Amino acid sequence: MNQPVDVSKSLPDANGLFGSFGGRFVAETLMPLILELQDEYTIAKNDPEFQRQLAYFQGDYVGRPSPLYFAERLTEYFGGASIYLKREELNHTGAHKINNCIGQVLLAKQMGKKRIIAETGAGMHGVATATVAARFGLPCVIYMGATDIERQQPNVFRMKLLGAEVIPVTSGTGTLKDAMNEALRDWVTNVDDTFYIIGTVAGPHPYPAMVRDFQAVIGHETRAQMLEKKGRLPDSLVACIGGGSNAMGMFHPFLDDLDVKMIGVEAGGKGVKSGLHAASLNGGTPGVLHGNRTYLLQNEDGQIIDAHSISAGLDYPGIGPEHAWLHEQGRVEYVSATDDEALEAFQVCCRQEGIIPALETAHALAEVAKRAPGLPREHLMVVNLSGRGDKDMMSVAHHLGEKFGVKQL
Amino acid sequence: MTHTSRLEHCFAALKQQNRPALVSYLTAGDPDAETSRRLLHGLPKAGVDIIELGMPFSDPMADGPAIQKAALRALNNGQTQAKTLEMVRRFREEDSTTPIVLMGYYNPIYCYGVERFLTDAAKAGVDGLIVVDLPPEHDEELCQPAAQHNIDFIRLATPTTDAKRLPKVLANASGFIYYVSVAGVTGGSAPTPERLEGAVAGLREHTELPIAVGFGIRTAEQAATIGRFSDAVVVGSALVDCIENANTPDEAVERVHGLVSELAESVRACREVNEPQVC
Repeated sequence: MNQPVDVSKSLPDANGLFGSFGGRFVAETLMPLILELQDEYTIAKNDPEFQRQLAYFQGDYVGRPSPLYFAERLTEYFGGASIYLKREELNHTGAHKINNCIGQVLLAKQMGKKRIIAETGAGMHGVATATVAARFGLPCVIYMGATDIERQQPNVFRMKLLGAEVIPVTSGTGTLKDAMNEALRDWVTNVDDTFYIIGTVAGPHPYPAMVRDFQAVIGHETRAQMLEKKGRLPDSLVACIGGGSNAMGMFHPFLDDLDVKMIGVEAGGKGVKSGLHAASLNGGTPGVLHGNRTYLLQNEDGQIIDAHSISAGLDYPGIGPEHAWLHEQGRVEYVSATDDEALEAFQVCCRQEGIIPALETAHALAEVAKRAPGLPREHLMVVNLSGRGDKDMMSVAHHLGEKFGVKQL
Repeated sequence: MTHTSRLEHCFAALKQQNRPALVSYLTAGDPDAETSRRLLHGLPKAGVDIIELGMPFSDPMADGPAIQKAALRALNNGQTQAKTLEMVRRFREEDSTTPIVLMGYYNPIYCYGVERFLTDAAKAGVDGLIVVDLPPEHDEELCQPAAQHNIDFIRLATPTTDAKRLPKVLANASGFIYYVSVAGVTGGSAPTPERLEGAVAGLREHTELPIAVGFGIRTAEQAATIGRFSDAVVVGSALVDCIENANTPDEAVERVHGLVSELAESVRACREVNEPQVC
C-alpha cells in the first residue's frame, strides 16, 4: 500500500477551494445567491427527507441502479484486461446528466425557485434539465451555442418537445463557453426567481462539489456491484472528461482506495500538439473563468481560446477544479484521445457489444483500446459508459458517411 | 495611508463645486488602438471627471451585448493588457490629474501576473481597479496586494447586497463604491430613481466613501436625476454604442465626445436650485 495522499473527501474547504483551484469568482450580484445555495445544499445533504426523495427519483424515474456489465466481447477483442461497462447510457434521457439534474431540481423546489435555466453543449444536459423541469412543472430556458444547435439538431428538438425554450447563443464563438456566459447573464438579471442548473463539476462553489455529490452515485454503485461480482474493488477506472462530471462521479468514491488507478480522458481533437483540442489539463494553463480557478485553454494574455472536438459535449475550454487539483496531486492520470481514435473506438463498441456509445464516451473507450491489451485478464477495468450515441448519428454520418453509403451532410 | 490619491483629490474638488462626477467607460483598444487613444485623450476636455478604461476579455460574463462587442473589436484588433497599460502611460504624459480606473475581469490580470500587473499599473499611472469577478471572499488575490501599490480597489455593491453582507463588501473597499443600479448586465434596463435614491442613502449610512451609480444610465436626463443624490454617475454602454454605430473612426470620436459633452453639461447643472425642471 502506498502512503495515503491527501485526497480527503472533506474538500473543498469552506471557501470552495481544492488546493488553489475552485473558489467563487463571480459578480457581487450573484454572491448572496451562491452563499444561499451553499447553505441550502448543506441542509439538503443532511436532510433525510431530501435524500429519500432523491433516492426515489433516482430509482423509479431515472432507472437506477445502472448495471455494471461485463463486456465479454470487448474484453476478447482487446485481449487483455477484463472490461466492465458502467451503463449510464441506460438512464432516462440516455446519459449520466440526469443524476445531477434530479438533485438540483429538488433543491430548486426546496428553495422556492420558479424558473430553471441551464447551458448545454451536446444537448444532453439540456435535455436532462428540460426533462426534470417538465416533471416538476417549472418553466425552463436552455442556452445553447448556435454552432452546437447546428450539429445537435435531434437534442434541440427533444428539448423543445419537453417544453423548454432553447435560446441560440451567437455571442463570442457560439459554443458551450458562450452558452455558459449567457446563462450567467440571465441568472444575474433574474436572481430572485431563477435556479441555474449547471451541468458539470465546474462553476462557482458550491457547484463543483454539489454536482460531484449528485454524480457520485455512479461510483458508489460501481463499488458495490464490483464487490458483489468479484469480491474486490476494480483495478482501474476510465472515464471521458469535458467539464468532468461523469468522471468525477465515478472516481470520487474511490479516491481513498489508492490501489484503484484512475484515468481521465480529455478530448484531443486533432492532437494536443495541433492546438485544435479540448484538453485543458494536457494542453492548458491555470486561469479563472466561469466562477472558478482551473486549467483553461487560453492565450498568454488570458483570453480564452476555442476548444475543438468531434464531440460537442467535450468541447469546453476548461475543466472542473477538482480535476485540476487531482491532476496536480497526481492521484488521477489525465490523458487524451483524438477525434480519429474516438471514432475508431466508437465503431468497435458498436460492433463488438451492440452498444452505440456517445462520441464523448468513445474517448474513454479509445483509452481502453490503448491500455487494455497490455494488461492481464485479472485486471478489472471499469469504463464509465456515460451516454448513448443516438444524438451523434448526424456527426458520425458526416465523418464516416461514405463508408456506409450515407450521403455526406 | 498618508498618500492622497487622484481619486480623493477629484471627489474633494467636486464636493466644493457641489456636483457629481461624470465617469465614462470605454473599452481600451475599441475599435482600434489609434482611435481608442484619440477617444481617451479627448475625454477630460469633453467633460469627463473620472475615466474607466475597460480591459477587454474574451468572456465578459457581466456585460451586455454592447460591451461584449467592444471587447471583441478590441481583441480582434490586437489589444493586450500590456497595450492597455501603455495607453494609460501615454495619457499620463499629458494629463496628471484625471483619475483612471481599469475595469475588467480577473483572468487577464492573473495571467499577466498579479505583482507584475500592479507594478506596471502603478508605474503607468492607474488609480484604481474594478474587477467584476473578484468578490470580497477573494480579497487576498488582488484587492490586498493592490493596496500595497496604492491602487484603489473599487467595490461593487448591488441590489442583492443585503445589510448582512454589506460590511464584508465595504471592508477593504477604497476609492469609491460603485453601486450597480439594477441586478443584471451592463447596458440593460434603466433603474428607477426613487429606489436608487433610497439605496444610495442606505449605503451612506455605512461608508464615508463617495458613491458612484452605474448600469443602464444612457441619457443626460438620467445622469442629472441620479447625479442629484449620488457622488458620481457612470455611463458606459451608451458611449460604446456610439463607436459601434459610427461609420468612420472620426465619426466615432465625434459621437463619443459629443455625448460626453451633453452628459457633462447635465451633471454640472443638476444640483442648481434654479433649474428644478432639469432635475
